[in-house]
Amino acid sequence: MKRRQFNKLVTGLAAGVCLSALSTLSAQAADPLKVGFVYVGPIGDHGWSYQHDQGRKSVEAEFGDKVQTTYVENVAEGADAQRVIYNLAKTGHNLIFTTSFGFMNPTLKVAKQFPNVVFEHATGYKMAKNLGTYISKTFEGRYVAGYVASQVTRSNKIGYIASFPIPEVIRDINAVQLALNKYNPAAELKVIWVNSWFDPGKEADAANAMMDQGVDVILQHTDSPAAMQAAERRGIYAVGQASDMSSFGPNAHLLSVVDEWGPHYIRTVKAVMDGTWEAKANVEGMKEGSIVIPGFNESIPADVVAHAKELIAGIKDGSVYPFAGPIKNQAGELVVAEGERLNYEDLEKMNWYVEGITSEIPK
Amino acid sequence: MDIDLITNILYAMIRTGTPLLIVALGELVCEKSGVLNLGQEGMMLMGAVVGFIVTLLSGSLLLGFILAMVAGVLMSLIFGLITMELSANQVATGLALTIFGTGLSAFIGSEFVGKPIEGLDPVFIPVLTDLPIIGRMLFGQDLIVYLSFILFGAVYWFINHSRPGLVLKAVGENPHAANAIGLPVFKTRYLAIIFGGAMAGLAGGYLSLAYTPLWAENMSAGRGWIALALVVFASWKAERVLLGAWLFGLASILHLVFQGLGFAVSPNLLAILPYLATVVVLVILSSNQTRSRLVAPMSLGNPFHARG
Repeated sequence: MKRRQFNKLVTGLAAGVCLSALSTLSAQAADPLKVGFVYVGPIGDHGWSYQHDQGRKSVEAEFGDKVQTTYVENVAEGADAQRVIYNLAKTGHNLIFTTSFGFMNPTLKVAKQFPNVVFEHATGYKMAKNLGTYISKTFEGRYVAGYVASQVTRSNKIGYIASFPIPEVIRDINAVQLALNKYNPAAELKVIWVNSWFDPGKEADAANAMMDQGVDVILQHTDSPAAMQAAERRGIYAVGQASDMSSFGPNAHLLSVVDEWGPHYIRTVKAVMDGTWEAKANVEGMKEGSIVIPGFNESIPADVVAHAKELIAGIKDGSVYPFAGPIKNQAGELVVAEGERLNYEDLEKMNWYVEGITSEIPK
Repeated sequence: MDIDLITNILYAMIRTGTPLLIVALGELVCEKSGVLNLGQEGMMLMGAVVGFIVTLLSGSLLLGFILAMVAGVLMSLIFGLITMELSANQVATGLALTIFGTGLSAFIGSEFVGKPIEGLDPVFIPVLTDLPIIGRMLFGQDLIVYLSFILFGAVYWFINHSRPGLVLKAVGENPHAANAIGLPVFKTRYLAIIFGGAMAGLAGGYLSLAYTPLWAENMSAGRGWIALALVVFASWKAERVLLGAWLFGLASILHLVFQGLGFAVSPNLLAILPYLATVVVLVILSSNQTRSRLVAPMSLGNPFHARG
């Protein structure tokens, strides 16, 4: 934890002590709900953590002085995370959001120690009476991005910068491949794992390595806009991740799949305030306003944009579902039969590639 | 593998190795004077953020690079004052400098996240750029890469063939003896620290102005630490720093290239190669007491107290 975050926590702590001292004197109803956020990256990453912080800000804007928010950024996944989450719970936070997959076990452990504090963990699958999960169906956006990529590529080589081989990332790669299988089976998806959520230099290196190999559309599941910039420099297309990255590549930017966490955070805070909160797996996507595609590059042909918008509308009303059968795995075996769908529980554990991806998942 | 691919790999190797080379050259000179500054990462980040902000506001890349170096120098002076005037522990001070620089750069850069600038463009040297394989690698880069070649030459000559270089080494080997024969120990160490700071600032500026022209918190992502390992890997020799930096650069892009080509090599295995190499070198160096004494500056990490 860095100095300024520490200061922030200390100030939060001090404020908390003052408030709890005051509350014994004044009416208890005036107590603000203390909401804590734990971020894996810096809020200045302009990607994943940045978007969560935008969500935090929208909670503040919505509830004003009825809430008091604290955040801790750059928290390493593992033992460090447990200490940070514990501290937040210990300092009187009523609701704590932990926003990275690797915070799952630490969150669960702390949740057991503090049964009266509400926890919500993003992108995980373990729950408890006071621990719910929430996740965005990023694959909905990825599927649309995959469709657009399949239509604008000339070299039929599409690059995908991936972070870590966890189900969420594998699932999204599959969503893109399924779009390619449907709309442009000749296109090849090249996946490069950079083993980092955030390393601009490495992401740019990966983008350059792909472009050297003829890739002309780059998608990414990492958090910095470096790949977008590299694409702009070399005159190809790229898809933004988590936040709107158009400013980094006015010409390269096809579209961004933006995570809007605000709606979920506001709903959750309200539920906790009203006492209606219960632990569940919140899976939200385009329909709930959690996944948004704010705009399309003007150079994309009009019919492609029109169909992409139809796909979005279809995903919202449920008529389009990326993981609807028939789906085969890499070995060509039918995994999901015609007329069936992979439900969310299956997607959460997805550890196999669909047919069409030529590389292997790193072990 | 075709010629184009090799050309591209070599080009990327130099580009990736350049920030490492610049920082490591600065740290090499610093360590030759007997000062171990672990604050590289912090100084780089300060250079990166200051360079970016200056360029964004002024529109001048030159000014950005200059002030990135100034930021690095100011950071190194903090280190210098604490370790030289107050004789504080160099390791602890250097670590504190990194933590400080990481936090401070995030703080002053927070308003500038998500703002794009025009980065430094490559300058193609006519005719030479078109040479097969090595043309693009050596003559199709940007100005800072060329500058890194010059810096290497200068540092190599300075350490091995110049009289001030001899003074530097004498101070690093035995500051008391150097002091006794009238060499300016304090001044030498200060200058070495300042050079180290300027190089770290420049490398940071290279990241935020040329490599990936943007500011993002913690964007150096551990390159300052790699440079520190690199100096050890190179057993304090300038020519090995150059080779090592490019080798580290190669290793860090090779696993990306191989994945794109669909080679079934574990990317994790390839990614750890540079670190593995460093550990091996460290083991070899420390297995032989005499050899390790010969390569590392004798007084590395020891504060110097002038005795009247």
